[in-house]
Amino acid sequence: MSASAMVTVSYREAMRAAIREALLGDERVFLMGEDVGAYGGCFGVSKGLLEEFGPERIRDTPLSESAFVGAGIGAAMGGMRPIVEVMTVNFCLLALDQIMNNAATITHMSGGQFAIPLVIRMTTGAGRQVAAQHSHSLEGWLAHIPGLRLLAPATLADARGMLALSLEDPNPVLIFEHGSLYNMEGELPADAGAVDIERAAVRRTGEHVTLIAYGGTLSTAMQAADELAGAGIEAEVIDLRVLRPLDDSTVIESLARTHRAVIIDEGWRSGSLAAEVSARIMEQAFYELDAPVARVCSAEVPMPYAQHLEQAALPQASTVVAEARRMVGGG
Amino acid sequence: MASLPEPDRTREWLSTMTLIRRFEERAGEMYARAKVGGFLHLSIGEEATIVGSARALRDSDYLISTYRSHGHALVRGTPPENVMAELFGRVDGCSGGRGGSMHMFDLSRRFMGGYGIVGGNLPIAAGIALSSDYRDTDEVTLCVFGDGASNQGTFGETLNLAALWKLPVVFMVTNNQFGMGTALRRHSAVTDLQRKGESLGVPGMRCDGMDVLDTHAVLAEAVARVREERCPVLVEAVTYRFRGHSMADPEQYRTKEEVALWRERDPIPAFAELLIGEGVIDEAERERIDAEAIARVDAAVEFAEASPFPAPESLYDDVYVLDPNVRGRYSAQTSEEQANRARTAAAAPEDSAQAANDEIPQQLTQALAAGEDGGETSATGSSAAGSSAAGAS
Repeated sequence: MSASAMVTVSYREAMRAAIREALLGDERVFLMGEDVGAYGGCFGVSKGLLEEFGPERIRDTPLSESAFVGAGIGAAMGGMRPIVEVMTVNFCLLALDQIMNNAATITHMSGGQFAIPLVIRMTTGAGRQVAAQHSHSLEGWLAHIPGLRLLAPATLADARGMLALSLEDPNPVLIFEHGSLYNMEGELPADAGAVDIERAAVRRTGEHVTLIAYGGTLSTAMQAADELAGAGIEAEVIDLRVLRPLDDSTVIESLARTHRAVIIDEGWRSGSLAAEVSARIMEQAFYELDAPVARVCSAEVPMPYAQHLEQAALPQASTVVAEARRMVGGG
Repeated sequence: MASLPEPDRTREWLSTMTLIRRFEERAGEMYARAKVGGFLHLSIGEEATIVGSARALRDSDYLISTYRSHGHALVRGTPPENVMAELFGRVDGCSGGRGGSMHMFDLSRRFMGGYGIVGGNLPIAAGIALSSDYRDTDEVTLCVFGDGASNQGTFGETLNLAALWKLPVVFMVTNNQFGMGTALRRHSAVTDLQRKGESLGVPGMRCDGMDVLDTHAVLAEAVARVREERCPVLVEAVTYRFRGHSMADPEQYRTKEEVALWRERDPIPAFAELLIGEGVIDEAERERIDAEAIARVDAAVEFAEASPFPAPESLYDDVYVLDPNVRGRYSAQTSEEQANRARTAAAAPEDSAQAANDEIPQQLTQALAAGEDGGETSATGSSAAGSSAAGAS
């Protein structure tokens, strides 16, 4: 296939292609998690992989998050390159001890003797009416932990390309896949491959205000930017992509152009990633600001089931538009 | 009682048990003199359990331990100098002064570390064993934990996983009668701990953890079975810690009489007297073994005292593995991670985690060198074999 050929793929298919490529390219790579094999993955990401690679490399696990995440750590210490799928970020709390006390600390505690080349993938986010134990965005909690790298692929190219370098990274990498993105379709070059996993990306350029988003909120920001353009406000949209370590410079450079920032975060506002980004802007670009940084976050409630309540709890493009207009009008 | 193995081996067992005892006694003294900080958990009383089990392993097998891990490092052959230096928080410590008493690590000897969260090491052991099978080796992992850990969720989760996936792990519960200050009968509905794996498909065995011969015999059988059948086994080693849970322990939960009763079964004099009775050693040799252990620990203290503290500018070292050959490393950052210093030249690369990006089975290449002979460890893995700490990383 020529490099220019474009193919239509879904986010789910892009992720699957990345996993398949990793399995084909490196014998040390295997996938394990709840229902990744015979079921094809709770969200269908690993469909067909068991048939192609067999049960040694596509391993269905018991419902034992602590055991299989910890086994991923041990396997990484033993020379493997495991990809562990945790069904949702809410469930990863059952393995938080392994992630925090082991994966993130062993390199340090051992004085650098051990690397933990482990990838943990998990679904995050709301919007699917699955209520208060399957919907939360806890990336901010995990981004608190030194020793981890956190990624939030929000585009097809990132879904396709982030895994390759994550597996090359000798540190534990957590990949957050927003549940509302799996059905997203679009075109990708047939030979799409690895993308960097250290930089934020400017998804749209503009001069009046910077909208900072990640994961599921990127589409919210892009929609808001479209609406703002209709009102004559050109918004720049930054996709953080990497939630730890944060790429401050892309954000600060944008602020030097726009002097205003709205941060959109599906996590709860208090102690959120949005709070961290806001603080870094304050520390590094205070004198660039023409207005206080604004945050559009999830309402501080457990995620409700009823659809209209769930939507009321989530960051909406209309709120982002209102914040940006207020900010630009007042600037 | 198990038959007596050849004299060189039993002498080495006595020497290593004695070394652990003298090391722990001195560590306690150093703690009292504020040379050692934090928590200090001594394994005095548990030496037969440690030596008897570890000597059932090959050098190519893995050992993973808990926060009571000095003895496990020593029995694997980590020089006492480097273990003491770790307690002192010095750069020559076996974890570079980052781990302390609870987190001894020695990759080169396949000692996969001491872990401070009770039960937290079991899942890792399962993963190491998975990698052994994945690499098509006959390696075995010995996972050591306490009676308290048998109540953790990870115990049930990991035993089930290991039985289901047929992982080569010997789970050894060191039943020292207490989870911190809570006696076994007060923390576990089933006190016959070897049975706790039955419903999970893991058969149980038991050894007298105060008797190095019995411990070794039972563990040798368990290890052989696991190596052959590639299925897990649970072994309960019944023992007793003579000292408190940690140095901070006021020991109000047990009587002096109880401790005295167990001390009558002190595994070191018992084994020494047995060896004398069998004509393997004489009283003079027993004294010489003890004097050598004391001298070795003296040297360890001297070494630790002389070793420098880690430099303040090394604070961010080893939080992330940095390697200029790894794409996507942390070069874009303005945050504190940038303070990580690239240590590619300073550290010995073949011993560092940066070897992680090498070919299969990367992290273990150096450790493999020691384990190629495949025989049971006798003196080769003993700390007495190395007179210098210079080779430790």
